Amino acid sequence: MTLRRNLVLALLVVLALVTLFPFLLVALNAVKSPADYAANGPLGLPESLHLQGIVDFWNRVDFGLKLANSTVIAGSVAVLAVGVSIVTAYALGIGRIRGRLWIVAVFLLANLMPQEVLVYPLYYLAKEVGLYDTKLAVIIIFTAVQSAFGTYLLASVLATFPREILEAARIDGASRWQVLWRVVVPISWPTLSVLLVFFFIWTWNEFFIPMIMLISNDNQTVPVALGVLQGQRLMDATAQSASALLGILPAVVFFLIFQRTLTRGIAVGAIR
Amino acid sequence: MALLTKAPPRPPAAPPGRARRRDRGYLPYLIPGVLLFVVVIAIPLGMNVAISFTEWQGVGSPDWVGLEQYRTLFADETFWISFRNNLALIVAMAVVPTFLGLLLATALFDVVSKRHPRTTSTLRAAFYLPQVLPAVVAGVVWGWILHPEYGSANALLRFLGLDSWTQNWLGDENTALLSVMAVLVWIQLGYPLVIFMAGLQRVDPELYEAAELDGASWWQRLWSVTVPQIRPEVFVVLLTCTIAALKSFDKIFVLTRGGPGGSTNTPSYFSFQNFFEKANVGYGAAIATVLTAIIVGLTFLFLRAQSRREP
Repeated sequence: MTLRRNLVLALLVVLALVTLFPFLLVALNAVKSPADYAANGPLGLPESLHLQGIVDFWNRVDFGLKLANSTVIAGSVAVLAVGVSIVTAYALGIGRIRGRLWIVAVFLLANLMPQEVLVYPLYYLAKEVGLYDTKLAVIIIFTAVQSAFGTYLLASVLATFPREILEAARIDGASRWQVLWRVVVPISWPTLSVLLVFFFIWTWNEFFIPMIMLISNDNQTVPVALGVLQGQRLMDATAQSASALLGILPAVVFFLIFQRTLTRGIAVGAIR
Repeated sequence: MALLTKAPPRPPAAPPGRARRRDRGYLPYLIPGVLLFVVVIAIPLGMNVAISFTEWQGVGSPDWVGLEQYRTLFADETFWISFRNNLALIVAMAVVPTFLGLLLATALFDVVSKRHPRTTSTLRAAFYLPQVLPAVVAGVVWGWILHPEYGSANALLRFLGLDSWTQNWLGDENTALLSVMAVLVWIQLGYPLVIFMAGLQRVDPELYEAAELDGASWWQRLWSVTVPQIRPEVFVVLLTCTIAALKSFDKIFVLTRGGPGGSTNTPSYFSFQNFFEKANVGYGAAIATVLTAIIVGLTFLFLRAQSRREP
């Protein structure tokens, strides 16, 4: 029995290492010089720590700017989408507006829409109103997309909100607006913070619509810059591993910072 | 879901007059959400359906052609191949990860979690890490590993003396789809694993003890105790992963651009090509509309099956 347990454990550890192996390969090769790579291939250990490849790639894509763009877009979307979600869900879950089930169903359906069916009209409309190739267009679009999910989720969370707390606040003379910000938001904060983290990461990872909307270098996000470059097949081996490393690092940082929120909130993400 | 507070008994309903007044007081709160929904989702969706009945290059005025695009579409071999490829992606993103995730989650839960809780969370984190990456970055990583000349996959095979096994993984019609599928399994596996592990904590240990007393094998326990107990999780994972597979654009864009010879094309990528590369906007819109109809229909079927199983 113990033998079998240990065998299963060993197997799981091996599988986990296999899963992590690509990350290790990327890290090893991103710090190799092109000559080292050419001579010893991708599997050998680097002969020396060669950071020039990463620096060159950073400058080539103006990576600092891309990081800033991604942060502005994902951060704005996370805050705005959580705000819109809680306000809409307040009316649906606590206000119990008539027809709320239909409205919630429509938001659920909105959440299912593939971006392919929205992308061309959005591209066309953005050009018509002068928002094409602006971060604002992407922020508006993903605030709508993420808040469709947030509304659907929060409406059901708020439907079970303790009624006696709401009644008590009303008896104290709080208006609807005050009840929302001073009672509902603080008490729902654990759920809202999970949504904030997920909206940030989901938006950070988006590619299709940002690629269509943001054509100028100054506006592109990290995934758009890396994806377009990869799609053009113009990178050599070391540039490609540097690109992979720079793309992986922010994700790993988020993962380490938010690990607890992510695993705690994964039940929330499950519904998406 | 641990985040939910328990519902208290509902207070008696307010008299109808008051209720209606209160009802209206909340209406302004709907404005931002509904406005965004209308502008970003409802109107573009309607426009896309309308465009699909036209012949349009994206400039000038569209020509109404009725159902012509759909007629062409259903006779278009590229479209059917892209759908067949999509089925393969569903296998790689929904079926295989669900099955493997179930095995790994039960193994981790049964064998490791009670004795080594730290090891369990480390292993879970390791399997989940690819899920946090932008799909594009996962594509860059694997595009590099699978490169025919300087990639690690072929280097590893040569190192093992298996030179004849080396392939142009993503560039050969015979291996491209399988390679993409393998990458998708790597990306996707952590998601069902984490969900199933959360679900397993809900299962009553007495059920396992009873099964053990009855002399059930590990397999029998998996299929007759675990799977029925976490059926809601299995449903959610299958549904969300299937939908995600139907929407596969970014991984295809980065890994293969639908090639070689359309062998990894998907409806999603095919619609993109028609919209933005071939300026065949009406046709692209028809593909996107059919894709949407399939996703909505599938969701409806899944939800109905789920509610039937749980009376």
